[in-house]
Amino acid sequence: MKLTHSKSFKILTEPLLANNPISNQILGICSALAVTVQLKTAIVMSLALTCVVSFSNLSISLLRNLIPKNIRIIVEVAIIATLVILIDQILRAFLYDISKQLSIFVGLIITNCIVLGRAETYAMVNPPGYSFLDGVGNGLGYSSVLIGVAFLRELLGSGKLLGIQVIPLSVYEFGYRDNGLMLLAPGAFIAIGLFAWLQNTWKKK
Amino acid sequence: MENLISIALDSVFVGNILLAYFLGMCSFLAVSKTMRTAAGLGFAVVFVLSITAPVNWLVYRGLLAPGALAWAGLPGLDLSFLKFILFIAVIAGMVQGVEMIIDRYSPALYTALGVFLPLITVNCAILGASLFMVEREYTFIESVVFGIGSGTGWMLAIVSMAAIRHKLRYADIPEGLQGFGINMIVTGLMAMAFMLFSGITL
Repeated sequence: MKLTHSKSFKILTEPLLANNPISNQILGICSALAVTVQLKTAIVMSLALTCVVSFSNLSISLLRNLIPKNIRIIVEVAIIATLVILIDQILRAFLYDISKQLSIFVGLIITNCIVLGRAETYAMVNPPGYSFLDGVGNGLGYSSVLIGVAFLRELLGSGKLLGIQVIPLSVYEFGYRDNGLMLLAPGAFIAIGLFAWLQNTWKKK
Repeated sequence: MENLISIALDSVFVGNILLAYFLGMCSFLAVSKTMRTAAGLGFAVVFVLSITAPVNWLVYRGLLAPGALAWAGLPGLDLSFLKFILFIAVIAGMVQGVEMIIDRYSPALYTALGVFLPLITVNCAILGASLFMVEREYTFIESVVFGIGSGTGWMLAIVSMAAIRHKLRYADIPEGLQGFGINMIVTGLMAMAFMLFSGITL
């Protein structure tokens, strides 16, 4: 069996495009919009979410036969919240500036519907290995939209990528202006709307 | 007093928790299909937010903030890293409690709010408001005003979105843009309109 046809590969790649958690299942967009003013914060946020969703899937899947059905949501939320506290403390210790910029949005991973959704629908009924891969795949699917939108917003909004000037200064002399709207909240909504349009059209082909 | 009015206006319009901080988007998109359900969920959010913000304020100041446990003889203790897990527990507990109280004393309101009350636990606007309250160091009264204000702002946004989506039903939208795409763009235009309030100073 070739690598690209194995079940693990499919679990990992399906959420990237065909079943993207943000633009297809409309999950977890709260944070997707708020942290995309700069590419740097978007990348850190993507890493944080990917870690939380893959490890919460792994631990919930390991515990799935022990968790009583009635109180499963509370158990899931407790596991997720513990992971988020860990990530938050790590960010504070090593990336203090970025953790200040992300402000409350790291904490809001707890209520991010992707994490709870995957725990509830996938990790509760599947073995740990596949659950972990499913978590990584969904984390990457989320990251692809987040980084795509951040790329667009930082490039058009401030002419920079990762804080480095990309649009040459000579272009500004010919009357080019940064689009300030991209840095504000409405820019995020419109950018993600256009992004979903692109993804839908591409998928049909 | 002026300070409170400015917090109230800011949380409803300029710093609208949905349109400026993107909180509560999931339920905003899922529930804004019809006016009736949108208004129902809106009321439930106002209700829960105005209770959870002050309660979480008490929990934070009384148990978690650095030095808050001085009354128990532990002045050097800083438990603020536990705020995520404790806030979400308080919210889940409050929602459950509110649900039981409404069911007992006002069955009419209970049936009107229906399935929306339990859903609110996972609405990020609720947790977000509590975290903002800690970050901005509001006093108790300010946190009450902020809770009610941001709830009202959220309700305003979802009700207007439901109205716009109702009108959009007959619009001819390109195929790939239908659904999620156009909803986001409409929300963007709405956010732009709300930003115009930012010129107001008190």
